[in-house]
Amino acid sequence: MDQLQHRKLEPMTPNNNHDNLGKHRSMLGIFVVKFFQNKLAVLGLVMLLLIIGSAVFAPLLAPHDPNYQILTARLHEPSAEYPLGADQLGRDLLSRLLYAGQMSLLVGFAAMASATFIGATMGAIAGYFGGIIDSIIMRIVDILFSFPNIFLMITLVALFRPSPFWLIVSFAVLGWMSTARLIRGEMLSLKKREFVLAARTLGISKWRIIFNHIMPNAIGPLIVAATLAVGQFIIAESTLSFLGIGISPPTATWGNMLTAAQNLTIFQTAWWYPLFPGLMIFLTVLSFNFVGDGLRDALDPRVVEK
Amino acid sequence: MGTSIVAQNKPNEKIQHSEKILEVKNLKKYFPIKAGVLQRTKGHIKAVDGIDFFIRKGETFGLVGESGCGKSTAGRTITRLYEPTEGEIFFEGENITSKKERHLFNLRRNMQMVFQDPYSSLNPRKTVGTTLIEPLKVHRMYKTHKECREYAQSILERVGLNPSFINRYPHEFSGGQRQRIGIARSLVLNPKLIVGDEPVSALDVSIQSQVLNLLNDLQDEFDLTYLFIAHDLSVVKHFSDRIGVMYLGNMSEVANKKDLYDEPLHPYTQALLSAVPRSHPREVKKERILLKGDIPSPANPPTGCVFHTRCPFVMDHCKEVTPEMKEVRPNHFVACHLH
Repeated sequence: MDQLQHRKLEPMTPNNNHDNLGKHRSMLGIFVVKFFQNKLAVLGLVMLLLIIGSAVFAPLLAPHDPNYQILTARLHEPSAEYPLGADQLGRDLLSRLLYAGQMSLLVGFAAMASATFIGATMGAIAGYFGGIIDSIIMRIVDILFSFPNIFLMITLVALFRPSPFWLIVSFAVLGWMSTARLIRGEMLSLKKREFVLAARTLGISKWRIIFNHIMPNAIGPLIVAATLAVGQFIIAESTLSFLGIGISPPTATWGNMLTAAQNLTIFQTAWWYPLFPGLMIFLTVLSFNFVGDGLRDALDPRVVEK
Repeated sequence: MGTSIVAQNKPNEKIQHSEKILEVKNLKKYFPIKAGVLQRTKGHIKAVDGIDFFIRKGETFGLVGESGCGKSTAGRTITRLYEPTEGEIFFEGENITSKKERHLFNLRRNMQMVFQDPYSSLNPRKTVGTTLIEPLKVHRMYKTHKECREYAQSILERVGLNPSFINRYPHEFSGGQRQRIGIARSLVLNPKLIVGDEPVSALDVSIQSQVLNLLNDLQDEFDLTYLFIAHDLSVVKHFSDRIGVMYLGNMSEVANKKDLYDEPLHPYTQALLSAVPRSHPREVKKERILLKGDIPSPANPPTGCVFHTRCPFVMDHCKEVTPEMKEVRPNHFVACHLH
């Protein structure tokens, strides 16, 4: 009470017994608290951890060998033996789904991370420096956008051996453009803000201004773009699998399982076959979305803790 | 809170004879207008079109003019945030016009800026502490983080904020407090010249006087020179020692505060001053000079004297000959054919 009155009377007067006024919590602490207050974000995180965990521990969890074919069990209904049914070659779907997670998540996340990194860097450089650098980068973006993506991917993957590594590289090389455009736009508006001018008058270097001062302010759209990219890349992998240049069978991915199930007979007779791989992609993207939203809010100091 | 009213007439005789800290000669800043697919330059916005003035050490130079006259651009060009198109800028006798960014580093320390909008001038993602400590580290002012932090806190205290605010984010403060943080940031490197780009025009009147008082106190304490850009003539009157009046990228008149307000020589200054509302009903009612027409476009300024399209005393050769800046009385410069 004493303190309160003191502050009311002289709001601007500094005094030295003020440590109770400032929140002396670490940035990381605030971030964790804010993230865990967001229920959806926590749900997303739990789901994501479950999905990743199931993929990592697939050898322990899978009831069958994912590639072992029992022809008598072709398109078997979900049962005690085959919890999620079996595919057209009589392989256990649950086991395949678990193992497929390894490849799909690896490709999805690695491609997302590298594409986002390239896109954000290129966009930031184009937007901040402008002029000729901007023109060059944005024309490259336009050129890459003007080709059908699938055509370029086929070319790139065909040049190298179709392995997960080259798949990720080609996704990164061909998937960074929309992020670059997004970040360039953010950059154009943020670089005119007075806090950027202030940083320049203080003699802070260009690169520090771009990556340390401006980028954190563009983290929201960046996270949203990255979130959507994960799903996009998981699907793109399945497209390439369908054409026979993705991850080649018998290695399972959610994408190539889904592609294999795209057949009218299977749709009519074995609904479980396309359902579960689709559901896994859906749940991964959804939970990543929730986590992304939570991250965005937790990183924004303007969003207050409840 | 220090002096209760904004200090009126500071004894400025000492300043009268002191050296020039900043001198600007024929400074121009044009912005290209680009159009078409190939982004060809179709013309130029002549935001600042050849201005001359100087600032003496320790004084406050007020730069006034209506919106769009180029006063903010002038401030930003002087601090080298914009590349000057033409002309020369001297800081403490050194020509800084064409210095490359990496050679500007030491200049940055001596010349700082306070911005207009307290909401966009602070990075929303950085705490007050980070904002204040980073320049100290970049310029290696102190060895340890602890020393930097202590110094930042002492500066915060000096601008009238609680030192414990160092861990807070900008959104937790009011406009006036934010402007104090902006001032603190401009002070941490211990500069010699501070360019205030309308530092109080976004604030409430009551907060304006507090911030002006603070700037006044800091000027004495830190030996500062101010270039004070504003459009509020009564604020400038109280705050400045000398004043420059700008119109459409050109400097119309530069004089001591008293001379300028008592005896404006340029017709534009006269019109501008006649538009200041009376602050007291008993004050003598001045004759209001109303200017005809609109301010011309800086992309296509009038020939001769830029003010001739609106000048009540326009003569024939005003339309053809650009008036030179002349010292018509001691320390009173005017660019007008009438004088």
